Amino acid sequence: MLPPDEPLAEIACRVNGRAVRGRAALRQTLVEWLRADLGLTGSHVGCAHGVCGACHVRLDGAVVRGCLVLAAQADGATVETIEAAGGPEEAALRDAFVAHAGLQCGFCTPGMILQAAELLQRNPAPSREAIRDALSGNYCRCTGYHAIVDAVEAAARALRGPAATA
Amino acid sequence: MPDRAIGRALPRDASRRLVAGGGRFLDDHAERGELHAAFLRSPLPHARFTLHTDAAAALPGVAAVLTARDLAAVCRPWRTVSKGFPGLVSPEQAPLADGRASWQGEPVAMVLAASRAIAEDAAEAIDAAWEELPAVTDVQAALAPGAPPVHPGLEGNRAWGTTIRHGDPDAAFAAAALVVEERLVFTRHTGVPLEPRGALALWEKGTGALTIRLSHQMPHQMRLHLAEQLGLPVNRVRVVAADVGGGFGIKMHVYQDEMAVAAASRLLARPVRWVADRLESMLADIHAREHVVTARLAVDAEGHMLGFDVQDLQGLGAVSVYPRSSTVEAMSLLRTLGAPYRFAHARARIDSVLQNKVPTGQYRAVGAPIGCAVTERLIEKAAAARGEDALAFRARNLLRAEEMPLVNGFGAALHGLHHHAALEKARALMDLPALRAEIAAGRAAGRLLGLGLAVTVEFTASGPAIYGGAGVPVAATDTVVATLEPTGEVSAQASITEIGQGITQGLAQVLADAVGVPAGAVRVEAGDTAAAPHGGGAWASRGAAIGGEAAWGAGRALRAQLLDAAGALLQAEPGTLDISDGAILDAAGTPRMTLAELGRLMLFRGHELPRGVTPSLSAAFHYRREGDATLANNGVHAALVELDGGSGLVRVLRYWMVGDCGRVLNPLLVDGQYRGGIATGIGEALLEACRYDADSGQFLSGTLADYLLPMATDIPDITLGHVETPYPRSAVGAKGAGESGTCGAPAAILNAVNDALAAAGGGAVTELPIQPVAVLRALGRLA
Repeated sequence: MLPPDEPLAEIACRVNGRAVRGRAALRQTLVEWLRADLGLTGSHVGCAHGVCGACHVRLDGAVVRGCLVLAAQADGATVETIEAAGGPEEAALRDAFVAHAGLQCGFCTPGMILQAAELLQRNPAPSREAIRDALSGNYCRCTGYHAIVDAVEAAARALRGPAATA
Repeated sequence: MPDRAIGRALPRDASRRLVAGGGRFLDDHAERGELHAAFLRSPLPHARFTLHTDAAAALPGVAAVLTARDLAAVCRPWRTVSKGFPGLVSPEQAPLADGRASWQGEPVAMVLAASRAIAEDAAEAIDAAWEELPAVTDVQAALAPGAPPVHPGLEGNRAWGTTIRHGDPDAAFAAAALVVEERLVFTRHTGVPLEPRGALALWEKGTGALTIRLSHQMPHQMRLHLAEQLGLPVNRVRVVAADVGGGFGIKMHVYQDEMAVAAASRLLARPVRWVADRLESMLADIHAREHVVTARLAVDAEGHMLGFDVQDLQGLGAVSVYPRSSTVEAMSLLRTLGAPYRFAHARARIDSVLQNKVPTGQYRAVGAPIGCAVTERLIEKAAAARGEDALAFRARNLLRAEEMPLVNGFGAALHGLHHHAALEKARALMDLPALRAEIAAGRAAGRLLGLGLAVTVEFTASGPAIYGGAGVPVAATDTVVATLEPTGEVSAQASITEIGQGITQGLAQVLADAVGVPAGAVRVEAGDTAAAPHGGGAWASRGAAIGGEAAWGAGRALRAQLLDAAGALLQAEPGTLDISDGAILDAAGTPRMTLAELGRLMLFRGHELPRGVTPSLSAAFHYRREGDATLANNGVHAALVELDGGSGLVRVLRYWMVGDCGRVLNPLLVDGQYRGGIATGIGEALLEACRYDADSGQFLSGTLADYLLPMATDIPDITLGHVETPYPRSAVGAKGAGESGTCGAPAAILNAVNDALAAAGGGAVTELPIQPVAVLRALGRLA
C-alpha cells in the first residue's frame, strides 16, 4: 500500500495479448510493475542499471531493458514477457536451451531467450561469433556462454528445417 | 544394468520450468502485509556516527526505522572463532553497527516501509552525523608500523598468521642450481551471482516461530545460526531456499543484513522483505582473493623441483567471515601451492590482515586459483631459465599416480591423481604441434600470440574432520530420503542444495540406478528445511561426491525394503529378486509386479501383506566419509591469447581443459561446471576487480559498468576432455567438478599473456586482473 503522496501514473496497455489497466508509482520501472503488480515474475532484476539483461521484455515488438523503462512509459504500448513469448523462435530456443544445458541457475535465461529470438528473426543462420555479439548485453554468470551459443545454433538449425540439421 | 542413468547426458528436469519463465527465485515470492526494508550503510570506510531517525520515521509510508539498539533486543551478536586458527582476531558482529562502522557499506540503520523506494527515501532522510576515523584499506599498509588500527584498541592489524616448515628448505635453496622468484599481486573480486542476496522473513505471532526465505547455499546451516542469534529453538526456524540464482560461495555466509531482516520481522511481528540491489551486492557481498604472494622455487641441475618458499599476505576485511573464517582461503592457497608436483622442502609464512573493507570469504575455488597461478608462473620462469620446454619440465616434476597417497610439505593430502594421463590428453586435444606452428606463423606475421598452461589440483568435498575439527558447526555429512510413491515414481529430499549447478538431476540419476527405475521416474527436491533432511548444502564441489553417496545409500536401502516386501508377497527370497525399469523381477528375470503395484499394495492394501511384514515406503541414508579428509581432483588447462599492441587488451582465442572429477554423473552438468568455472577464472584474470581509492578508501566498483564481468564476446569456445578416475573408496566415485575450471584459468591466462609478452621481447605482468595498461607497459609502449 502506497502513501497518499506517492505520485501515480494510470497505465492502459496490452500485456501478453490481454488488455490491462493499472496504476504504478511514477518512479516504478516497467519490470518492477510487471513483476509486482501483474505477477509476471519471469523477467528478473539482476542489476537495475541496464547492464545485465535479465530484465528483458518486448515493448512494441522490440526487446528492451525492463529496468530502464518506466512503467508509465508502457501506457498505450504492447508488452510481451517470457511467460507468453511463444513464437517459433522462442519455442525452438526453449527446447535447445534445455537439450544443450544452455542454462544453469536460469536467472538470465528469459532475457537470453528473448534476445536470441530477436537475433534469429533477423538472421536465421548466425555464426557463433554473431550469436556471441548479439548476446553480449546479456550476462550469464554460470555457463561460460559456450552451451548458450550451442543452444542458439541448434535452435537456428531446427528452425531452418531438416535440411539444415543434416 | 539396463538403461544405466549415471553417466548419461540427460537434460535437467528443472530446465523446462526455467526456460518458460517459471523460476521461483527469492524476489518472486511475497507475503501479504510485508514491509520492504532498505539499509542505511556507512559511506565511509571507518567512522563514528550518531543517528537521528525521527524525521525519517515520520515520512508517509514508513513503518519503522531501526538501529543497532532496537535489534539488540531480539538478536545476539556473533563472533568468528575457529580452532583451526588459534588466536584469530575478529571482533563481534551484530545486525547493525552500533556507533562505529568499520567498513564502507556496513549497515547502520534499517528502514521498513510500504515500498522499497519509500524505504530508500527514508534511509536518505536519516540525520546521520559521521566522524571519519583513520582507515586502512591497502593490505600492505595495514601491516606497516604505525598503521591506523582497523578497530580501536588493536595493537596491530594482523588477525592471524602461521608459518610452515617441512624438510630442510634452507639447505635446498642453498644447494639449488636454480632459484626463481616472483611477486604476484591479486586484486579482490567478488562472485556476482546474477540473483542478488535477499531475505523474506515471516514471524509467527504467539508461537514465536520464524519462516525465512533466503537465496542461500546452505539452508540448514542458516537455520542453526538464526535460531542461535534470535534465541529460538531450532525446530521453530524454517529456512526455505527455492530457486537460487547462482551462489559461487557468496551465499554461504552469515550477513548482517540478512540477520537484520529476521530480527526486524520478529521485533515488528510483520513479514519483512529485502533484496539487495546491485550496488549493495558489490559493496556488501563478501569479496575474495586479495593477496600479495612472494614465492621462490628451487630447482636442481637436472631440472627437478626441490622446494618452495612462500610468503602470503592476505586481506581479510574488517572481520573474519562468520562462521568459517576468511583465513581458510590462505590455507587453501597454501595447500594447492605446488600440489601437482614433487618437492621435498617447503617453507611458508601467512599473514592475514584486517582492513577497513567488507570481509573476504570463500568464493568459488577459494585459494586454489592463487596457489595454482603462483606455482605455474614459477614453473614457466624455471623452464625459461633452463632453456627448456615448460611442458617437459612439468612432465618431469608431476607426481605419478603410483607415488600417491602422500601428504606434501604444505600439508596437502594427495591421492588418486592422474596428471600424466591428463597432460597427454590435453596435448592431443590441443594438437600441440599444429598449434605451435600456427602460433609461430602468427608471430611471424606480427601477431602477439601466447600459449599458457596450468596443471591443477583441487581439494573437494571436505569431510567432517575439516570444520568439525575446528569446532565450527558446518555439516560435512549429508542425507537423502527416498520414497516410493504409490504410483511407482521415486521422490527424494536431499540436504545437498540446488543453486543452478543441476545437482538434483545428478542425484536423480544416482537414485534411478540405485533403486532400479528410469531416471525420469525420480524427482529430487532440496532447499526447504521443513522437508529436507540435515546436511551441508552446496559448497566445496560436494554435491556429487557426498550427495551422490547419500543418494546411492538411500536408493539401495529403499530397494532392499521393496525387495523384502515383494519377497513376502511373492513367497520368494528377497535376495533372488531384482528391480529393473520399475518392476520386480524374479530369479528368472521375469517381471512379477511393477513398483506401482507394490507401492499401492503397501500403502492402501496393507492387510494383504503377511503378518509381521511392515515395510516402509521411505528410506534415509546419512553419508559420512571416513578416512580421506578431502578428495582431490586434477586437471590441465591451456589458453591461447592474443594481445592488442595498441590498446593492451587481451583476447582469449581458444581454451582447452582436461579434467578428472572422478565418476561423471552427467556430462552435460560436468561440462557446464567446467566451462562456467573457466569463465569465472578468465574474468578473474582479465576483468574483475573490487577497487578502492588509495587515498580515501572509497569503493570504486559499485556498478557493473565499473566492475567488469565476462560477456559472451569475452569467452571463447572451450574444448573439454575427460579422464575419469573414480574415487575408489565410495559407491559412486565422484570427486567434484564445480570449481576445477576456476582453479586453473587464471594461471593459464597469466602464463599465456606472459608467453606473448616474452615472444615480443617484453617484460612480464604480475598482477591480476591483467589490465591493458600493464600489458602496454610490459610491451614498453607506455611509461
